Amino acid sequence: MKLAIQTKDFSFTYPKTKEATLKGINIPIYANKVTALIGPSGCGKSTLLRSCNRIHDVYPGNSYDGEILLYDNNGEKAENILQYKKENDLINLRQRIGMIFQKPTPFPMSIKDNITYGLKLSGIKNKTELLDRTEIALKGAALWEEVKDRLNNSAMGLSGGQQQRLCIARAVALKPQVLLFDEPTSALDPISTASIEALISELKNELTVLIVTHNMQQASRISDYTGFMYLGDLVEYDVTETIFLNPKEKKTEDYITGRFG
Amino acid sequence: MNRLLLNKIVITLSTLAALMGISFLLWILVTLSIRGYHSIDWHIFTTDLVNNGLRNVIIGQFILAGIATVIGVPVGMMAGIYLREYGINSKFAMIVRNLSDVMMSAPSIVIGIFVYGIFVVPFGGFNGWAGVIALAILMIPIVVSTTDSMLSLVPQELREAGIALGASKAQVIYKIVLSAAKIGLITGVLLAFARVIGETAPLLFTSANNNFFSFGLSNQYPSLTVSIYHLALFPSQTSQNLAWAGSAILTLLVLFINLITRFIFKPRKQK
Ligand SMILES: Nc1ncnc2c1ncn2[C@@H]1O[C@H](COP(=O)(O)OP(=O)(O)OP(=O)(O)O)[C@@H](O)[C@H]1O
Ligand SMILES: [Mg+2]
Repeated sequence: MKLAIQTKDFSFTYPKTKEATLKGINIPIYANKVTALIGPSGCGKSTLLRSCNRIHDVYPGNSYDGEILLYDNNGEKAENILQYKKENDLINLRQRIGMIFQKPTPFPMSIKDNITYGLKLSGIKNKTELLDRTEIALKGAALWEEVKDRLNNSAMGLSGGQQQRLCIARAVALKPQVLLFDEPTSALDPISTASIEALISELKNELTVLIVTHNMQQASRISDYTGFMYLGDLVEYDVTETIFLNPKEKKTEDYITGRFG
Repeated sequence: MNRLLLNKIVITLSTLAALMGISFLLWILVTLSIRGYHSIDWHIFTTDLVNNGLRNVIIGQFILAGIATVIGVPVGMMAGIYLREYGINSKFAMIVRNLSDVMMSAPSIVIGIFVYGIFVVPFGGFNGWAGVIALAILMIPIVVSTTDSMLSLVPQELREAGIALGASKAQVIYKIVLSAAKIGLITGVLLAFARVIGETAPLLFTSANNNFFSFGLSNQYPSLTVSIYHLALFPSQTSQNLAWAGSAILTLLVLFINLITRFIFKPRKQK
C-alpha cells in the first residue's frame, strides 16, 4: 500500500508551554484512504492535523521535532516537510495539502472567485481553464447543480452546508494530494453532514483524506484507518474496524464505548 | 419593594439625562436652522467671502479635508494593518497603539500649534499645506484605531483558510482580510473625514484664511470653519448672518456624512 504521509517521532510544542503537546507521534497515512483521528477534547488531534500543512506557522514560536514525511504521488520519494523554511516551500506544501476547517470559511467574494482564487495563486491565468476547473471542482463537491446559475453571487449568501462544500471545492480545485478536515461537519445539520460524508468517501479515489472527528459513527462510517489519541499520544492506530470492534488498548475501548471523553 | 423603587429612580434619572442631552442638541439644531434659514440664499453659494459669499471657503474646506484624507487614510490604514496583522502582540505595536490612542484625544489646538511651529514659522507664513498636515495628523489616529478594530473582527479562520490555499500573508491581507472588513473600513474613513471637516483650531494658525477663491496651497487658504470664527467675531450684522449660514451648512454637512455612515454600516441581512 502506498503511503501519503508518515510521521516519525513527531513532537510539537506551542509557544510558552513547558510540556510538548504532541509526544513522539508515529502514524502512517495511506494514500487514497481515509484516516480518522479520534480522542477526547484537548488530546491534540487538531494540533497534529495542523502540523501536516504547517498552518501553525501563521503564529510564531512553535517548535516541531522529529519528522513528517510527505511522499510523492507514487508513494516512493519522501520529503520531511518540517525542514521547509522558505515561504515558497510552505506555499507549495499547502498547494499539495489542502485544509477544511470546522466552520465554513468562504471568502467575501463571488462563488466563482472563491474557487479561482487558489487557482490563480497557483499560476493559472487562462480564462477558459479557470472556468473549466471551477466547474469540475464544483461538480466534484456536489455543488454545481445548486450554484451554476449564480456563480457571480456572493458566497456569503450560501447556506452553511453549501459554504462547506464550496470550501471543499476550493481545495479540490488545486488537485491536492491530501486533504485535511478538522471536524468539518460539527457546525452542520444532519443532511449537510450526510452529503459531506458522501463527498469524502468519493474524494478518496483521487486523494488522501485525514479527518478529525468527534463523531464515532462518522469515523466508523467513512474511515479506513483510525488513530486514537489521548493526552498528546497516539494510543492506538489500526484498521477502523479493528479499532471499533476489537481495540487492543483498554483506553481505546473505554473511549469508544463512551466510558470517558 | 425597595429594589423596585431604586429601579424607578434610576430609570427616571437616566431618562431625564437623556432628555437633557437631546434637548440641547435640538436647541442647537433649531437655532441653527432658523438663523441659518434666514441667512442662506443662493448668493452665498455663488460668491466668495470677499463679496459676502461662502463659495470659496466651502470649497476650500473640502479641498483641505480632501487632501488630508488622501494623505491620512493610507498612512493610518497601513499603520492599522501593521498593528493588527504584523505587530499584533509585539512591544513596539503596543507602544504605537497606545500612542495613537493618546493622539486621538489630543486637543486639536495643540496639533494646530505643533504644525504652526514646524510648517508655518520655518516657511515664512500661513499656508494651506500646513492646514492639510494638521488635519491629516488629526485624522491618522482615528483611521489607525478603526482599521485596527475592524480588522480584529475578521475571524482568524479566514486568514488561515487563505494561507491554507497557498496564499502568502500579504495576499491574504490585501485580498481577503481587507475585503472582509471593507464596510467597516469605509465607515472609519467617513467618520474620520466628518471629524476633520468641522475642525477650526488646527486651521486657525496654519492655513489661516483667505477672502478669495484659491488653489494655491502654499499661501493662506480659505476654509469655512475659520471663516465662521472670524465672521462671528466681527461686529456687523452681515458678517454675523454669514456666520450663522456657514454654521448651518457645516452642521448639515457633518450630519449628512454621519447619516451616510449609518446607512452604509447598517448590518445587512444575509440572503
Ligand atoms: N495556541 C495554543 N497555545 C497553547 N496551547 C494550545 C494552543 N492551541 C491548543 N493548545 C493546547 O494543546 C492541546 C491540544 O489542543 P488541540 O486543539 O490539538 O486539541 P483537540 O484534540 O483538537 O481538541 P478538540 O477536540 O477540543 O478540538 C490542548 O491542551 C490545548 O489546550
Ligand atoms: Mg480540535
